[in-house]
Amino acid sequence: MSDRCFVSTRKGLFTLERGAPGWSVTRAHFVGDNVTLTMHDPRSGDLIAALNHGHFGVKLHRSRTGGDTWEEIAAPKYPEKPADYVPKMPVEGTPVDWSLKLVWALEPGGANEPGVIWCGTLPGGLFKSTNGGDSWELNRALWDEPLREQWFGGGAEQPGIHSICVDPRDSQHVTVGVSCGGVWITHDGGKHWKLRAKGMRAAFMPPDKQFEENVQDPHLVAQCLANPDVLWVQHHNGIFRSIDGAESWTEITDVAPSTFGFPVAVHPRDPHTAWFVPGVSDEKRYPVDGRVVVNRTRDGGRTFDTLTRGLPQQHAYDLVFRHALDVDATGNQLVMGTTTGSVWTTDDGGDSWHAVSSNLPPVYAVRFEKPRV
Amino acid sequence: MPSIRFTRNIQRHVECPTRDVEGGTLRAVLDAYFHGNERARGYVLDDGGRLRKHMAVFIDGRQIGDRDQLTDPVPSGAVVDIVQSLSGG
Repeated sequence: MSDRCFVSTRKGLFTLERGAPGWSVTRAHFVGDNVTLTMHDPRSGDLIAALNHGHFGVKLHRSRTGGDTWEEIAAPKYPEKPADYVPKMPVEGTPVDWSLKLVWALEPGGANEPGVIWCGTLPGGLFKSTNGGDSWELNRALWDEPLREQWFGGGAEQPGIHSICVDPRDSQHVTVGVSCGGVWITHDGGKHWKLRAKGMRAAFMPPDKQFEENVQDPHLVAQCLANPDVLWVQHHNGIFRSIDGAESWTEITDVAPSTFGFPVAVHPRDPHTAWFVPGVSDEKRYPVDGRVVVNRTRDGGRTFDTLTRGLPQQHAYDLVFRHALDVDATGNQLVMGTTTGSVWTTDDGGDSWHAVSSNLPPVYAVRFEKPRV
Repeated sequence: MPSIRFTRNIQRHVECPTRDVEGGTLRAVLDAYFHGNERARGYVLDDGGRLRKHMAVFIDGRQIGDRDQLTDPVPSGAVVDIVQSLSGG
C-alpha cells in the first residue's frame, strides 16, 4: 500500500504521507506557483513536476532526491511551423499554434525502457524523452497525421493529449486520449498510429457526426494493468468501456446520479472495477444536488454503487478534475482532490473516505508514489 | 550599447541581471543577451521565438510593435525593459 502521494495544485505541490494517525500534508514545494501535474517514475524514483507560470510559460522540474532538491529541466519544444502551413482547427477556425501551452500528461515508459517518458501537451503534440526528461522530441508520426489537424479544443482553446497508457505487456503499445480527437494507439512505439474510438458517441456534435471517431472527447482513458485489453473512459457525455484493446467501445448508460465527470480510475488487478466522480453535465460542473459522491462498479459497468461515507452531502461544490483521482497498486487505496481544495483518501476501495485537508489550493492532479520496479 | 533590464518577477525563476549588449534590433539584442543565458530565453520567448503572450517590451519607454519577428529598431544607448503584461493576471 502506498504511503506517499503528490498533490499538484494551483498554488504548489504538496506531499501527503500516511502515518499512524492517517494521511497528512507533510511537505510543500513551489508554493505560490501553478503546478499542473506531477509524475513519479517507478523505475528511477524521479519526480517530474509540470509548472505553468502563465507569463513565463510552461516549465518542468525534476527531483532525484525524493523531493529534497529540484532542478529545472528542458520543457518540450515544438518545431517551427512551416510558413506555408495553413490548416485551421475545424471548430475554432483558427490555426493551431505550434507552441507549448500546457503539459497535460506525463507517463513513464515501460519497465524495460528506463529513461523513456511520454508527455502529452496542448496544443496536441505528444513528446517522448529517452533520457529521463533531459530532452524531448515531438512524435512526428502523430503530429503529421492528417486527422490530427481536425482535432479541436475540449475545455481549452486548443486540443490536447491528457491520457497516456503504456501497455505493461508491451511498452511499444501506447494508447493516448485526446480532447477532442478520440483515442489513438500505436503498436510500434509511436512510428504508426491508429484512431480507435469506434462506438463512442459525441452528443455535442450534430446528429450525423456524433459517431465520428475523431471528434470524440474522452476526458480520461484508464487501462487495467492486469488486463490491458480493458480500458475505461470517462467521456464528455458518458462512460465507455472497451474489452478488446480499444478496437471497440460500449457506452454504459443509466448511471445515477450522472454519467458526466472528468476522472476515472481502474482497479489495477480487477478490470471489472472502476471508480468515477459524477457531476452535473455539462455546462455547470458541480456535484449533483451539492453531494460529493464516488461511483464504483465492480461488475464491468452493469451496476454501480454510489459511495458517500465520509464525503460531504450538502452544499458541497467540489469538482474533481480528470487527473485528480488515483488508485494505488493494491486497488484498495484511492485519493481524490478537488477544485475547492479538499482531499480525501480511502483504504477500503471507496466504502469510506477520510478528509486529509479542506484548505489546499484548487487541486489539478493527485498521484500515489508507485512501487519501485 | 543598448541596455536590457528585466522585471523583478522573473528573477525568482531565472537570474536576469541588467546588461549592455550589442545589436540594432530587438531580436539582435535579445539573442545577444540570451547567448549567455539560454534558460532565460524560454521565459521571455515562446517555442517559435515570439514574445510570450503576456510579456511586454518597451524600448526607451515605447511599447514595441512587432511581437513576432522582433524587428523593432534599438538605438545605441537605448534602454530595453522586459516586463509582465497585466493581461496575464
